[in-house]
Amino acid sequence: MDLKGKKTIALGERDGIPGTSIAECLKSAGADVVLTLTQCYV
Amino acid sequence: MDLEDQSLIQRMAEEFGSDVVVVLGQPDADSAEITAETVHNGDPTWAGPLAGVSLGLPVYHILEDEIKRQVDPDTYEREVGLMEITLERELILAGLNRVRNAE
Repeated sequence: MDLKGKKTIALGERDGIPGTSIAECLKSAGADVVLTLTQCYV
Repeated sequence: MDLEDQSLIQRMAEEFGSDVVVVLGQPDADSAEITAETVHNGDPTWAGPLAGVSLGLPVYHILEDEIKRQVDPDTYEREVGLMEITLERELILAGLNRVRNAE
């Protein structure tokens, strides 16, 4: 699966890897991040 | 998964179709499996808008080699590096594979 130009959803978690960090990684791979979420279970 | 998050994901899937790929950052096998199940087959808890809605979105985890090898190494190290060391990668990917192999 080639990330370049791909629409992606960065679905992170606060206790794991946050959505914003995933989004940065995906953008660096040339992906088009259309939604960034960080789930939080307290 | 948060009901509002389910709605947002559903909206993106409706807008862009099944071309959308989901990349997870869950810290353990159970949460990775439940989240993957929700965006692929529908909400297994039957609580949210994705209950009974099979979006069929492809799901990956940021720790998977297939994703990592496409990311700029410096960016990966800065954004994921520390968690990559602490999380139990194999268990997380096993959770994800349970959803993939259930098809």
